[in-house]
Amino acid sequence: MIARAIIKGLPRNLGLAGSCAPVHAVSFASKAAVTLPDLPYDYGALEPIISGEIMKIHHQKHHQAYVNNFNIAQEKYLDAEAKEDISTMVSLQGAIKFNGGGHVNHSIFWTNLAPQSCGGGEAPTGDLAQAINAEFGSLQAFQEKFNGLTAAVQGSGWGWLGYDKGAKKLAIATCANQDPLSITGLVPLLGIDVWEHAYYLQYKNMRPDYLKAIWKVVNWRNVAERYAAAKS
Amino acid sequence: MAFVSGAVAVAGSHIASSSTAASCASHPAFFAQKSVAFREYAGFKPVTSFNRVAKFAASRNAVKFVAPATPAVTRCAFDLPPLPFEKTALEPYYSSNTLDFHYGKHHQAYVTNLNKLVPGTEFEGKSLEEIVKLSAGKNPAVFNNAAQIYNHTFFWSSMKPNGGGQPTGALLDKIVQTFGSFENFKTEFKTAAVTQFGSGWAWLVKEKDSLKIVKTLNAETPITTAAVPLITVDVWEHAYYLDYQNRRPDYVDTFLNNLVNWDFAAANFAK
Repeated sequence: MIARAIIKGLPRNLGLAGSCAPVHAVSFASKAAVTLPDLPYDYGALEPIISGEIMKIHHQKHHQAYVNNFNIAQEKYLDAEAKEDISTMVSLQGAIKFNGGGHVNHSIFWTNLAPQSCGGGEAPTGDLAQAINAEFGSLQAFQEKFNGLTAAVQGSGWGWLGYDKGAKKLAIATCANQDPLSITGLVPLLGIDVWEHAYYLQYKNMRPDYLKAIWKVVNWRNVAERYAAAKS
Repeated sequence: MAFVSGAVAVAGSHIASSSTAASCASHPAFFAQKSVAFREYAGFKPVTSFNRVAKFAASRNAVKFVAPATPAVTRCAFDLPPLPFEKTALEPYYSSNTLDFHYGKHHQAYVTNLNKLVPGTEFEGKSLEEIVKLSAGKNPAVFNNAAQIYNHTFFWSSMKPNGGGQPTGALLDKIVQTFGSFENFKTEFKTAAVTQFGSGWAWLVKEKDSLKIVKTLNAETPITTAAVPLITVDVWEHAYYLDYQNRRPDYVDTFLNNLVNWDFAAANFAK
């Protein structure tokens, strides 16, 4: 089932091993129900790049809503499945995709960011750095390409650095709304949310400015961990 | 279909030059299209707009609907149409701060972008609505900007100071007939607006003899179909985030209860 596959794909500790944030396990309170993961840092910890106000609303309201609505849709889906009510199962797919995708995406996003005191903004090293240089020429060239494509997302969506397991290389992709990167076949490494709620209170219409700034809090150590896991 | 509100019209759609007030004949002026119903209901005074082009035009006494002059001029730029109300007039329900960005930046950007995209293309010389219909499904860059110009202009006209309440007459009858009651209509409209996932719009439209509520994604607009829009609410997050943050349901409630311009809807319904 799509929902279970999506949830299974979430590492239990949200990939936080090795970062300077405490590890919080994702708890599964009831069958297939999901819960809001804790943020690995205080709401204000990413200032001045992302304001505490944005982080608080983004986590406590937007992500929480995806969690709540996913659980509601999921429960209805399980009920319909038990009754072999295929029409209802199909009609719920949209809500599961929107909200399940929202939960998956944001869970990754929080770990992709870190305060500068915890390595946020420090350039990648090692294998990941080599792979970025090989694929894009340089970190700067990667960021410019990523920002160009992500700024151009129509409406709401995400920009992603992903790993193509088949081709064994990094790739940039964008997704609409809350479509999880997994639907492209890529493994998500780094996601940048460009729904307006992710930046509007601070950056207003200037999505390019937000994209330029956010690299200062990208947690490349986390991205490297995801890359290592994806390659193995 | 014209939905110019207020009585400020820039002559044709041409950015007024100092030489002549040449209008774009091959550009059935987006602003100069007139409908009798509109002039009658839109009889309020021209408003002071903080848009420089509109101020310039107003200063030239272009405060009238003008028919395009001949000969045809093919190089025409679109203007950001003036807001049909003072930017503080919708407070506290819709702030002037939001309008500074929503109108002054977002809507303006669509105009600026379209003016860069159109010259030298098949879209040159066409009206905005023609461009929307021609580019739909074919030229995403042109469509996204043209449709968003249209949608936003329609949105401003869908609101007025001291808005809300109910329509009267034939439109109210049709709403009750279609939705069971006016309250049911509001519930359904709100549901559409709140469940439009991501960015988009919710609309009340007339299609042949029926009324329908539709929701559209991103820049999509019902004018690419046979439907005639009556009112719309913008549910892109930029439309409400500064005033309502994540609380889209509250924003839509407020739109229905305090902002919606039923006169505009009635004029569109009567077409």
